[in-house]
Amino acid sequence: MKSILHYREIPGNSVGYYAVLALLGILIVLGLSAAYYMEHQGHHVTGMTNQIVWGMPHVFAVFLIVAASGALNVASISSVFNKKMYKPLSPLSGLLAIALLVGGLCILVLDLGRPDRLIVAMTYYNFKSIFAWNIILYNGFLAIVAVYLWMLMEKRFNKYSKTVGTFAFIWRLVLTTGTGSIFGFLVARQAYDAAIMAPTFILMSFSFGLAIFNIVLIGIYRGTERPLGDTIVERLRKLQGIFVAAVLFFVTIYHLTNLYATEHHGIEKFILDGNNVYTGLFWLGFVLIGSVIPLMICLLKGFKNSARWLVTASLMVIAGGMAQMYVIIIGGQAYPMELFPGYEVSSSFFDGVVASYTPSIYEIGLGVGGFAFAIAMVLAGVKILRFLPLSLENSIVDPHHRAEESEEAVAGEQARA
Amino acid sequence: MSENDYRNKDNKFDEYRRSFLGKGAALAGAATLAPGVILHTIANAKPVDEPVTSKVRWGFLIDANKCADNCNACVTACNEENGLTGFGRPKTDAQWIRKVTLRNKKTSHEISLPMLCQHCAHPPCVDVCPTGASFKRVDGIVLVDKHICIGCRYCMMACPYKARSFIHETITDQVPDVPRGKGTVESCTLCVHRVDRGEIPACAEACAKTEEGPAILFGDLNNPDSEISRRLASESSTQVRADFNLDPGVRYQGI
Repeated sequence: MKSILHYREIPGNSVGYYAVLALLGILIVLGLSAAYYMEHQGHHVTGMTNQIVWGMPHVFAVFLIVAASGALNVASISSVFNKKMYKPLSPLSGLLAIALLVGGLCILVLDLGRPDRLIVAMTYYNFKSIFAWNIILYNGFLAIVAVYLWMLMEKRFNKYSKTVGTFAFIWRLVLTTGTGSIFGFLVARQAYDAAIMAPTFILMSFSFGLAIFNIVLIGIYRGTERPLGDTIVERLRKLQGIFVAAVLFFVTIYHLTNLYATEHHGIEKFILDGNNVYTGLFWLGFVLIGSVIPLMICLLKGFKNSARWLVTASLMVIAGGMAQMYVIIIGGQAYPMELFPGYEVSSSFFDGVVASYTPSIYEIGLGVGGFAFAIAMVLAGVKILRFLPLSLENSIVDPHHRAEESEEAVAGEQARA
Repeated sequence: MSENDYRNKDNKFDEYRRSFLGKGAALAGAATLAPGVILHTIANAKPVDEPVTSKVRWGFLIDANKCADNCNACVTACNEENGLTGFGRPKTDAQWIRKVTLRNKKTSHEISLPMLCQHCAHPPCVDVCPTGASFKRVDGIVLVDKHICIGCRYCMMACPYKARSFIHETITDQVPDVPRGKGTVESCTLCVHRVDRGEIPACAEACAKTEEGPAILFGDLNNPDSEISRRLASESSTQVRADFNLDPGVRYQGI
């Protein structure tokens, strides 16, 4: 018998489902309250200052925005590169991409000094600003992925999914280039002003986006007791390993290039060998927890076929990715700007000194709230629309696999429902 | 459950789905537009018709040799003129002009000078501003349009001179000539309100009254007969971070 792919809403009526939604709801309310407090009092209640102008909200927001474009990769591999195994995962990939981007943008907008002027940001454009391009790229991404999902989920339009999917893939590459260039185009600061920022951000998006995808996928399938075969787990594990290695490669090249030029020795010593939190976050957070250990889990045979280890590796990639974002965004600002090369500079405005920063509970609350909102959107989405196959058993994802067990799985699920 | 049951369930879901998506879209649209609509009604923002000409380019020539370490006259005058009152929080309080001490790493020689917005001809803050709130007047003065600044702070990330401040709290007792507002970015306006009245900026005026004599000279860089142009033509001067090629309107001597 031929194995058939059935997409169905999750029942979403268990205590567990509502408990998770309730928890996310609490986090969202706390995030909104934090944003309200920050806007009402002014940003002086946060850890952000005139020295560290972008803080914890930006770490969360940029991470989510980068991960959003990466989450779409799974769908792209299927539509653009014709890998059939990823086809059943495509709708979830698109949904996650939209949810993560909206979550990230909510954080970014709510941290603005004037979030009430969102309409201004949407109607006044300075086209020389990479930020303005990004506003167009983000809105365009949401629209294109929505259309892409439509093509994927409406049988009549399936034939267009490759064309729209290719367009979405190109758009997402441009989008992450834009996000990386927010930093890459900043000539004034030692840590930024590097063309490699854009490709590094693209690779980070592959890795962080897939890590979140893995956790959401395995979490939902375990939660709904739908079958998830080890073929797909194994494929995702190897893919995650390749992405982690690629990020590590790009970050290594970035630092090696900087280390070669004497003018960058100061910032490199500050990040790689400083007596500060950034050095710890870089080596322990990004390199060890976020790269080396997940790399071992993803590539060593001993961890083969294990969904649990894949989730562990993915959680570590996310933790390492957040650490890396913190180092890039906060560390890059904390290192003093070179105002007068050759001079030691001092002033009442903290010139020439390392800027201190302690994230406030409000900034963290806003960031976590945005993250929670993204996950809540996914959980609501899979209940309302048919994003997920009833089964991801081996025979469904791999046509060469024996067919019987998948039919049994579908029958089993239908019996339960 | 049979396929028929599924179909019935699907129909119910379709209804639920449609109403959910419809309401969701309406809500998102309202959330985006409402604050702006309210804002536009209240603020009724309208560009001021400034009689500004590109024939002039305003700038400063600052002589560090005449700037005493312990003198803060320019900073005090600026704060008073523009109503910049601190909240006793140095990390978040606004500073439009600040005294900076430079110590030569090799010789330990110390120099004191005022640092402020350099009013670049090619300002990075203007390049990066998404809404165009950061702008340069044709006479070279770099300003922030308070009506369309969204408070993203990208200009602060981009400025190589750390010249900008974000307003971190509610401001009261503002000076009528100098509108400011919580949640927006600001910096030295070159006392544009005074310049437009034909006066010189407050810092330059205060500096001229000090014992050491005028360390800050204000004038038109485009007019070859102005004092600032004549001195720049006959004496050596430098631009801070000249390597960025931003062509700042503020030039220094003695560094």
